[in-house]
Amino acid sequence: MPLIEATGLVKRYGTREALRGVSVAATEGERVAVIGPNGAGKTTLLSILAGIQRPDEGTVSGPPGRAGWVPQQAALYGKLTVAENLRLFARLERCADVEAAVERMLIQTGLADRADDQISVLSGGNRQRVNIAIGLLAEPAVLLLDEPSSALDPRQRERLWEFLLGLEAQGTAVVYSTHDVQEAERHADRVVVLADGELLFAGSPGELEQLVGTPGHDFEGAFVAFLRQRGH
Amino acid sequence: MRWLLVKDLQILRRSPLLLALLVIYPVVISVLIGFALSRGPDKPRVAFVNLVPAEQSELDLAGESIDLADYADTLFESIDPVRIDCEDRDPEECQEEALDKVRDGDVLAALVIPADVTERLQALQSLQAVEPPTVKVFFNAEDPVKARYVEDTIKSRAQDANAALTTKLTEVALSYLDLIVEGGDISLPLLGGDIEILGLERSDAIVRAAQAQLPPGSEARRQLDRVLRFGELARENLDLSDEILNTIGTPIKIDTEILEGGTTPLSSFAVAVAVAISLMFVTVLLAAGTLALEREENAFPRLVRGLVSPTALLAEKALLAAACSAAVGILMLCGLALFVDLDWGRFPLWVAGVAAGSLGFAALGLAVGALAREVRAASLLAFMLALPLAFLALVPSGAVSSALYDVIRAVSALFPFKPTLDAMDAALNDAGGMAGALAHLGALTLAFGALARLALRRFG
Repeated sequence: MPLIEATGLVKRYGTREALRGVSVAATEGERVAVIGPNGAGKTTLLSILAGIQRPDEGTVSGPPGRAGWVPQQAALYGKLTVAENLRLFARLERCADVEAAVERMLIQTGLADRADDQISVLSGGNRQRVNIAIGLLAEPAVLLLDEPSSALDPRQRERLWEFLLGLEAQGTAVVYSTHDVQEAERHADRVVVLADGELLFAGSPGELEQLVGTPGHDFEGAFVAFLRQRGH
Repeated sequence: MRWLLVKDLQILRRSPLLLALLVIYPVVISVLIGFALSRGPDKPRVAFVNLVPAEQSELDLAGESIDLADYADTLFESIDPVRIDCEDRDPEECQEEALDKVRDGDVLAALVIPADVTERLQALQSLQAVEPPTVKVFFNAEDPVKARYVEDTIKSRAQDANAALTTKLTEVALSYLDLIVEGGDISLPLLGGDIEILGLERSDAIVRAAQAQLPPGSEARRQLDRVLRFGELARENLDLSDEILNTIGTPIKIDTEILEGGTTPLSSFAVAVAVAISLMFVTVLLAAGTLALEREENAFPRLVRGLVSPTALLAEKALLAAACSAAVGILMLCGLALFVDLDWGRFPLWVAGVAAGSLGFAALGLAVGALAREVRAASLLAFMLALPLAFLALVPSGAVSSALYDVIRAVSALFPFKPTLDAMDAALNDAGGMAGALAHLGALTLAFGALARLALRRFG
């Protein structure tokens, strides 16, 4: 039973079609990576799943609660502290116990000792952790992340994934877009390949490698070969 | 919305420099504008040389003594006199001292009252053929603006003094005419005291009495009839001379009537201008900046995906900007009330004008912020828009062609500055039209609010 399911999504910007009949779903505890070249429609797909944009065609059936949303650029107020940002969004999310939610997120992100620091003085990695924590404040069944690791160094990236993998135990479905094909292979249960707004593949990383049928290629090589086969 | 307000106030509190600039800059600018509008040029310093001996400063007009110093006071209403002490001094030396002050720049002009001014005026009222007295003015034209001001002021006040003297002389002439008609005593010191004037009326009575003693139809009686007719004609015509002489004294009367606008004192209007300008800068910049900041912080998409509606977000920004600027506006009014006479009884109207103006400017600021989308671009656009709006609204009728003035009025009506100025003028000065200005502001608030809401569709 999918927690979130989109069917036949079409999105147009003027005459350009950003999405062409894309369908995608995520079940409890599943991690779905959306990969594809630049301009493939990854951000558009995630923003439609998050409810930020409306599709021109197609439907999205959401989780019981709203999906948590983590934009690519940290959506935080630089002049507010970590705790104040969390508190503000906890209130806007109408969390039953605001202070408890803030405390929980500070512990979960490992930023309890930075709670009173303004966002503007944090590193990019820590900002992203707060960014993700805000997406998780309302304890959503589905967390949507748009290229969450794009601005992070390898160490920060590793810590981010430790944090996200920890969500599996809570049954949270994670749908994320990424440029990093290795990241998709390592952390995703399923990958969705988009190119020019078209859904080219949806399955496990292993299935993608099998589909390409080029022994000796790593996953990235298989992905590139797959795109070539499909004319991209 | 409450939590967004708290958040914005926290951000403002942590940007003290921005907050200070946002409040202090427009307040300073507006107060400067206010003073510039409310204060005319300072009274120019003018050296005053009175060569008339103290014992000759009084003029006797038909038995009435007039002190010429009273007429000098008229002049001093518009100048700051630097009196040169001429007592027991050579008149030329005294005048030269005044001219030195002009040359040195101590004073802008020197006004010299000649010693024979009383004597000549006395001669004139005695109907002697003498040249009228001449007051000399020497001035420094290094500063053309001040020189023009001095020239205009002295000429204008000299005209006032002339008019006052003319009125007095006319009164004297009329008293002589009354004497001719009615008869009476007149004091003529040159002839050794009072002399009696018979007058036309008494002459008529005497002639009629004499005529009655003559035989009817006699030649002498006919001759006296002619004398009586002439006397009657002269009396009737001289009775009309009062109005004619008064008309000569003031041939053109000035009757002023205000067709449009109130009778607002310039200083009070300057307060309305200062407050309207401050409200405009603070509100437009704050509303535009805080809205554009939501986009720059990437928070807008996160907020409007179910946490806050775009309309509620706009309302929050409008409320924040309007509340901050209204507080600044009210504080300004209270501060300016220390210098300018404002009616505290109208305080509720001040609040209404400030509140309506703030909301109008807030809506404009939101439209600017939503269209510009970046804080720096929004601030620049707000600034570039605000200044011309203020200038346009202050262009007086008659300063430009009527067609251009109509265009300016139409443009001004599309933005909140002019109706805010009208509302503040009405609130402060009972200039009328408060309800119309408030309705105008209400309509503009809705219109710019709708524009901002539309612009938010491409904001994320």
